[in-house]
Amino acid sequence: MVMAKLGDSVRRVEDDRLITGRGRYVDDIKLNGMLYVSLVRSPHAHALIKNVDVSAAAALPGVETVFTGADLQEQLGSLPAGWTIKDMVAPPHPPMAFEKVRVVGDAVAAVVAIDPAIAADAAQLVDVTYEVLPAIVDAEKATKPGAPQLHEESSDNVAFNWEVHGGDYATAAKSAEVVVKQRIINQRLIPNSMETRGVVADYDPGNDHLTIYTSTQIPHLMRLLFSLITGHPEHKLRVVAPDVGGAFGCKLYLYAEEVICGIIAKNLGRPVKWTEGRQENYVATTHGRDHIADVEICGNKDGTITGLNAHIYANLGAYLSTFAPGIPTVLFGLMLSGQYKIPSISCKVTGVFTNTTPVDAYRGAGRPEATHLVERMVDMFAQEIGRDPLVVRRKNFLAPFKNGKEVATGVKYDSGNYQGALNRALEIFDVKAFREEQRAARKEGKLLGVGFSTYIEICGMAPSAVAGALGAGAGLWESSTVRVHPTGKVTVLTGTSPHGQGHETSFAQIVSAELGVPMEDVDVLHGDTDRQQFGTGTFGSRSLAVGGQALMMSLKKVKDKALKIAARELDADPKMVRFEDGVYSLEDIAEKQLPFASVALAAHSALNLPPRMEPGLEETSFFDPENFTWPFGAHICVVEIDEATGETKIAKYVAVDDIGNVINPMIVDGMVHGGIAQGIGQALQEGAVYSSDGQLLTGSMLDYAVPTAEDLPSFITDRTVTPTNVNDLGAKGAGEAGTIAASPAVINAVVDALKHLGVKHIDMPLRSEHVWRTINDAKVAQRANRSVSAVKGS
Amino acid sequence: MVTMTSAPFEYMRPKTVAEASRLLSKYGGGAKLLAGGHSLVPLMKLRLASPQALIDLSGVGELKGINSSASGLSIGAMTTYHELESSVEVQRAAPLLADAASQVADAQVRNFGTIGGAVSHSDPSADLPAVVLALDAVMKTATQRAGRDIPVERFFKDFLTTALRQNEVLTRIEVPKLPANTGTSYIKQSNKASHYAVVGVAAVITLGADGVCERARVAITGAGPYAVRAKRTERMLVGKKLAPNVIRNAAKRAGAEISGSFNEDVHASAGYREAMTQVFAERAITAAVANAR
Repeated sequence: MVMAKLGDSVRRVEDDRLITGRGRYVDDIKLNGMLYVSLVRSPHAHALIKNVDVSAAAALPGVETVFTGADLQEQLGSLPAGWTIKDMVAPPHPPMAFEKVRVVGDAVAAVVAIDPAIAADAAQLVDVTYEVLPAIVDAEKATKPGAPQLHEESSDNVAFNWEVHGGDYATAAKSAEVVVKQRIINQRLIPNSMETRGVVADYDPGNDHLTIYTSTQIPHLMRLLFSLITGHPEHKLRVVAPDVGGAFGCKLYLYAEEVICGIIAKNLGRPVKWTEGRQENYVATTHGRDHIADVEICGNKDGTITGLNAHIYANLGAYLSTFAPGIPTVLFGLMLSGQYKIPSISCKVTGVFTNTTPVDAYRGAGRPEATHLVERMVDMFAQEIGRDPLVVRRKNFLAPFKNGKEVATGVKYDSGNYQGALNRALEIFDVKAFREEQRAARKEGKLLGVGFSTYIEICGMAPSAVAGALGAGAGLWESSTVRVHPTGKVTVLTGTSPHGQGHETSFAQIVSAELGVPMEDVDVLHGDTDRQQFGTGTFGSRSLAVGGQALMMSLKKVKDKALKIAARELDADPKMVRFEDGVYSLEDIAEKQLPFASVALAAHSALNLPPRMEPGLEETSFFDPENFTWPFGAHICVVEIDEATGETKIAKYVAVDDIGNVINPMIVDGMVHGGIAQGIGQALQEGAVYSSDGQLLTGSMLDYAVPTAEDLPSFITDRTVTPTNVNDLGAKGAGEAGTIAASPAVINAVVDALKHLGVKHIDMPLRSEHVWRTINDAKVAQRANRSVSAVKGS
Repeated sequence: MVTMTSAPFEYMRPKTVAEASRLLSKYGGGAKLLAGGHSLVPLMKLRLASPQALIDLSGVGELKGINSSASGLSIGAMTTYHELESSVEVQRAAPLLADAASQVADAQVRNFGTIGGAVSHSDPSADLPAVVLALDAVMKTATQRAGRDIPVERFFKDFLTTALRQNEVLTRIEVPKLPANTGTSYIKQSNKASHYAVVGVAAVITLGADGVCERARVAITGAGPYAVRAKRTERMLVGKKLAPNVIRNAAKRAGAEISGSFNEDVHASAGYREAMTQVFAERAITAAVANAR
């Protein structure tokens, strides 16, 4: 029996089933008479579909039927962009292409067979005639005259131009003593959730009920969008997200396959299943990042930063995915002040279509790109004026604040103490000792460097009115229901939809702490639109800050009602009744006690309720936060570079995060560790590479380098605590902090290791050859400079 | 296009090499031998390979086991990487092989992948081809009718191509006993995704009592279309005392046999592979010399 308190490292209750193979994922679902779908996908990045011959496939024994994009064109509709930017071009996105394919992996036909192997065999027999068109994969080049055009609606492949301006950057740059410019590439990443996507669709024609089991982060939003585009009535549509094996943002959308399977199930009146293969996942599931940024930072030689200006080409891929327009704009551009007081900030984002897999949220979603840019530019500025990057950071930090602070991008941070987190990190990591070690190592031909990343995050999505004003098509509030059963057991229904975060533990922990019931007596149910009336899902580190608060509100209502019932049972004035550790008691009369379960029974038996009180003990709440939450922290990375090969190793990594109050430190540590691993992965080795004709060259795990334990050091983690006042828990969100902070810490460390060679910047990923060439180029430049000055001197 | 299901194939599991060879003949090039399956099966799942039949060698007893004798080691072709890295005989008689096997991919792969499968596939980035070259191994093969011994130097022919004939089965790899005062080393740069070698160098160096290099074997994998000996480098070592500058100068010629055909892919350019061939040759030779003393 585990009685939990807030702040306890309670063991994850999900893990027993998940690590013993008793989880239930979409692919584990088998329904009577179920058929299997295999999708025929385009091998070309850009082509016209001239003919689709399905006769050989349809003739294969075991094949039930084959649908082409043209067959289902009317029923499938067009996948929507759920986020709108002013004057945005949102071309149609047919779930199955019927005229033109715009990316390798576009579905063009669906084979339905009695088993998955037959479906795969038959898919190979579908004969599609293409007229191949020139393709474009680079977002900047795609906007230039003469580039291949993806959509009729956009002659220059531009989907939108988004801007934010605070202060007057032009004037700031003119009067600044120093202006530093740099192009920074934030490369494209492939999310690689451990479970690929999958869909089972089951149609009941008698009631017109359609059930879709799908590996998603957003069952309710998916149901809403499905219903809007297909016309299937929302109240006769049930979406279930069973156990979901990771997502990192890539399961946050309405996907083509969900619509295709739903519509096929309706057409056939039989359940169908589609399971995504890993290589298929690499082309059919969204990617992340992919920015080309031209950045300027300006300021004075005393270290004061006076302005930041950025223009971004954001590669959106071939179509607009559900949240795609919001990621490189709102979640990026509004973050560009970082932890600093920067009077003038200007940012323009050009969202561009290319013949590549659509890009949308990936762990951090916009904030890692912003943090990388800001933290790199602050370091470059420090290097340019010859000052310690820590001194420059401290000089420009916002002073500690508890009740909100507005920055030049127009957003208002909730609470912060940036000096505090950095101070803590520097207690753990002795910079002075490291500098000595670095000097000594350099004499022995070893390259060491240290990098700092003092980052800010935006979590707790979202105050609905604000999100709406910024382009969101729906509110981003959250709901909860607390259902106390007559025996005192508790069921929690949450609209959040975990896929690895551990809500079943941390939400139960909150209930256990608040109601004094053991963890075992609490069941947290999620991910089923027939159970939870509505919810927004799990993404953007929002679940605890928004969903947790909705839960707190329901618990408060339950406690208020239960106290009144207890008072009645104890025959006392409610003001005199104490509730502690799950027991109601009266201050003066020790023998008069009542456990919570007895009150639950009294609420249901309804034999002795206060006048006019409704029986039962169940409460529902909706929480729409008044602000986002703004976690922050300071990360320090030490790298060691092999000069002869360019191989770069992380020697040490210190992370101090401030995510407000912590419910379960063990779960938070896990999130921080995983996040740092993914951030380091981007910095060191991950990166999707396309050929110029749109073939994904890193199309499998043989070529796409996901980080493993051997690429990572043992992390040193710690926390400072600056609670938010946006919710009663004081919790800000922890899921993405590590990913957001890590990449600039690594790059800053590498530049620190190489700056004596004149290196000022290096782009990610730090593949050995890339570092080796940077070193060699720097040495060549240094020698050239020396001979020039020698000539001048003579 | 992208599928994780192979095309249909026939499957058989013979008990003898002769039977395996007979089946190879029967399918006339349409069959593939299945050893650990860690190269073949992924290709089949991607449908880049769709053999008509798979001949699973896991039931052939003669292909298993490591035998140690005064003349050296005889290693069954179906010996797994894990068996190589954990075998006391291999660690004693050919530490290079045990060490290189321990650097292959990850534990799951090492539990399945075999030395015979690795060398028969002649993958340009596999680790063991360089190692068996540096060890002067003899590749024993058999068909239904006869067997032959192929010196390893004549075994690797090209990208994914060996001297094995269509119906021929690699049965054992014989590793001769190393002379006294011999040091060995295998060093590679791994591709971060698959852990295949971007460049890997195996070095076997024998020193005389006076410290002069008596014999040198240096072999390169990952850099070119198939694993090769760096004979120019070897010649620059033999007969000399191996001071650092001697090793460095010799290592500069390590890519000579690959010249003009360095691999280029998303992991590294040809130029980088050429440069790294020299760097890793120098490091492998230096480490081998240190072991020999």
